[in-house]
Amino acid sequence: MSDPNDETAAAARARRGRNLLLATALVAFVVIIFVITIVKLSGNVPAH
Amino acid sequence: MKTPAQPAVILPGEAARWQDYLSLLKPRVMSLVVFTALTGMICAGRAMNPILAAVAILCIAAGAGGSAALNMAYDADIDALMRRTRRRAIPAGRVQAADALALGIVLSLFSVGIMGVAVNWLAAALLAFTILFYAVVYTLWLKRRTPQNIVIGGLAGALPPVVGWAAASGQAPLDAWLLVAIVFFWTPPHFWALSLYTSGDYAEAGVPMMPVVRGAASTRRQILVYSLILAPLGLAPAFTGLGGPVYLAVAAVGGLALVILAARLALSHAGEPAPPLPAGRPEGLYDVRVAARPARDLFVASLVYLFALFAALLVEHTPLIASLGLAPVVGLTT
Repeated sequence: MSDPNDETAAAARARRGRNLLLATALVAFVVIIFVITIVKLSGNVPAH
Repeated sequence: MKTPAQPAVILPGEAARWQDYLSLLKPRVMSLVVFTALTGMICAGRAMNPILAAVAILCIAAGAGGSAALNMAYDADIDALMRRTRRRAIPAGRVQAADALALGIVLSLFSVGIMGVAVNWLAAALLAFTILFYAVVYTLWLKRRTPQNIVIGGLAGALPPVVGWAAASGQAPLDAWLLVAIVFFWTPPHFWALSLYTSGDYAEAGVPMMPVVRGAASTRRQILVYSLILAPLGLAPAFTGLGGPVYLAVAAVGGLALVILAARLALSHAGEPAPPLPAGRPEGLYDVRVAARPARDLFVASLVYLFALFAALLVEHTPLIASLGLAPVVGLTT
């Protein structure tokens, strides 16, 4: 039979990994939207 | 007095690692989708802001991943019955189907929305159509109902080149649809060759793949017919100006090899019931019996063929190679 403490530790590690992935995805999303905005805005600035 | 510690209860989905969620996106299929979409994008021949080009590729990858997650959420019951798929995250119990469904919907909506806002709405509409076609027409409707499932459903896998082309140019010309047609006619021989040596799995799961419903002999004949259509179709871009001399050579040699292998397969007994193995020797999932080797050979060759065709186009349309004079005559001017 597997040790419940091991299973709890493994579940905690897995949760930490999932949280890190979600945080990375959210930060990446914000950065992408920011960069797209800058690119689109600069495309509409007439060259002098 | 201290109460005794309660045994830990691990809820479903609690043990899922981030890699399990990543696997729902079918990364290997995603890489092929990105490759063909990138080829379409480069072949469009329009200068594109590199950041927006990267965003377009990211959206196509996310859209492919989202539709794969939707497919896995719906197909968990049949995935659990097949040896090839029973270790996937949902049938193995590591991820809940509802979580995969949510991931698929979020990725699909965001990929289409960002494609529309950042790139253009034609590419976004084509991407949305691709996702819906795979998730609804193929997964929900065709896969469990007809042996033509991968023929019609193959359109979803064939569309990425036109999505990439539209992302770069805002247009979807005939040349882009020619690339779609090549992948479309490539799909049946490729997947039926695979199913000829894994049809036992499909039969167990009740998926009406062609060898299960019509038999191996009919499948082998149909593979040959599709290969005979695909080989000349593969040559067509060389005559519309999309492909140059490198492409022509690759398409001619590759097409000939494909037809020869398909003819060899048609004359073989691949997919016929094989005698049982000696007692005590289990059959591995990807063990290929001698009689089924022509099917395995065609499966591998078709992958190489498609990769070589698109790689030839990609190489010919990159500025460095174009400057060496190997670029197609018309392709550079459009």
